[in-house]
Amino acid sequence: MAELRAYAALLGGRFRSATAYRTSFAVELITNAGGTAVDVSTVFVLFHAAKVVGGFTLGEALMMTGLTASGFVLADLTVGNVDQLKTYVRNGTLDAVLVRPLAVLPQLVIADLPLRKLMRFVVGVTVLVVAVLSNDIDWTPGRAVLLVTAPLAGAVFFGAIFVLSASLAFWWVESGEVGAAFTYGGRDFTSYPITVYGTWFRAVFAYGLGFGFVAYHPALTLLGRADPLGLPAWAGYLSPLVALAAAGIAGIVWRTGVRHYRSTGS
Amino acid sequence: MIEMRELRKDFTVRVKAGRLRREKRVLAAVDGVSLSIGAGEMVGYIGPNGAGKSTTLKMLTGVLSPSGGEVSVCGLRPVPQRTRLALRIGVVFGQRSQLWWDLPLGESFRLLRYVYRVPAAEHEARLRRCRDLLDLDEFMDTPVRQLSLGQRMRGELTAALLHGPEVLFLDEPTIGLDVVSKQAVRSFLGELGATGDVTLVLTTHDLADIERLCERLVVIDHGRVVHDGTIDDLHSRYGSRRSLVADLDTPLPPGFALPGATTASIEADGHRVTFTLESTTAGAAVAALVNAAPVRDLSVVEPEIEDVVARLYTDGRGVSGVP
Repeated sequence: MAELRAYAALLGGRFRSATAYRTSFAVELITNAGGTAVDVSTVFVLFHAAKVVGGFTLGEALMMTGLTASGFVLADLTVGNVDQLKTYVRNGTLDAVLVRPLAVLPQLVIADLPLRKLMRFVVGVTVLVVAVLSNDIDWTPGRAVLLVTAPLAGAVFFGAIFVLSASLAFWWVESGEVGAAFTYGGRDFTSYPITVYGTWFRAVFAYGLGFGFVAYHPALTLLGRADPLGLPAWAGYLSPLVALAAAGIAGIVWRTGVRHYRSTGS
Repeated sequence: MIEMRELRKDFTVRVKAGRLRREKRVLAAVDGVSLSIGAGEMVGYIGPNGAGKSTTLKMLTGVLSPSGGEVSVCGLRPVPQRTRLALRIGVVFGQRSQLWWDLPLGESFRLLRYVYRVPAAEHEARLRRCRDLLDLDEFMDTPVRQLSLGQRMRGELTAALLHGPEVLFLDEPTIGLDVVSKQAVRSFLGELGATGDVTLVLTTHDLADIERLCERLVVIDHGRVVHDGTIDDLHSRYGSRRSLVADLDTPLPPGFALPGATTASIEADGHRVTFTLESTTAGAAVAALVNAAPVRDLSVVEPEIEDVVARLYTDGRGVSGVP
């Protein structure tokens, strides 16, 4: 309880720090909204060229894009800047975080909370709403719950991927943008029906790493479509389980990484 | 309060060996340190760059996990019990700020009250004391990024003390400070240490810090303790001696020798002589000299701790580059 108050106080401090530079904060807020809009528009471009892609229409694919966009943006908005860890490791400034009586990950998340990405969340949710409206969904209680849990599970899953790829820095300081292949690369992967990818690539990313359960399977369940790849309809409801498994693995890797921290000379 | 037994920290570094090949090499930054520090002690921890001072401190505070040996602080094991230990120790790493860069200094203190879960009254009392002793009032509302180094360091000290730590670790608290700020920091730490409520461990390159503050001096080189004792112990062990400098009205008679002392130098045509006191007291030497020559002025010079420590360092095996 006392720890929660500590995090709440840190969060308040973060807000006041961010607004210390009002103009640049406002400009970044607006430009960031544009970022997500551009990302999503690539889907429209693709479907402009071909009416049906991977066996799905634009409206159906938009459901996957919407689930991905809202889940990813939620993760990006909260833990997205954890990739700053490499700066902390390189400069040795993680020392200052480690001497405080709080867990390392929440401290870093709060200290680097990218508030400027707030508008992206609005765009992400808008896409999801448009997707829901443009499809004729046969509503059941299960589907209604899934519509809310799938983006949240997606956020947890992407959050885990953010933490995992940031953890690379504990072992490999020059990890650079390698992690981005899995975070931003993963987002692009799940924005489209996974039927468009080659067998080998799909097996690794969608099922080996679990990206298939972020948007593709929940979208199929919401739309009431059978999986062209043959998985049963309940596969869509697996998304929270896959997300929790990913979060568990990320937690273990992170803890191991913190023990592995070498600091720097001072 | 602090126990270390055969504490070690190894770093694996990859050294270039040929165009593409890299060799793994293990360097011991801390190579078997055993120390015991009691409650209320003030210990100065010195050594050349790369000797392992900061690495030891980081293992004591739970920042780095040891490669071997045992360590306990306040009865806790620093790495597995890091967050519990953090509530009971204060840390000032000269180069790593604990303050919020974009917020006013006072705001940082307010946030730290929540981070360390300090009751409001206790927080207020400690802050009041630090404000008085460290003259914080004039820049409490200034964003930390606009503070001078000296002001920031006073802020860091306050930040480390607001939760009433049992042990205070200071890594180079006076580095880069001007003379006035150095004095302010030193006298503050002196007062803090005099209360006996806090165990103080500080690393420094400025030996004046040690002379002013610490009865106990630990010298570390190449990851090993090469001296542990008082400053006086260090002098007697490394044969540093006091000297007697005398100005004479008439030149010193040639061939004159002071019993129990050696003549170190004769300057100004014999009008100024320096003797090194080997096996005599300053009193006896002065008496003997006054009997033998017309003394106008004299002074007894204490050995410079810098000289002793410099000799200690060069006795080592060269300088390594391990942080």
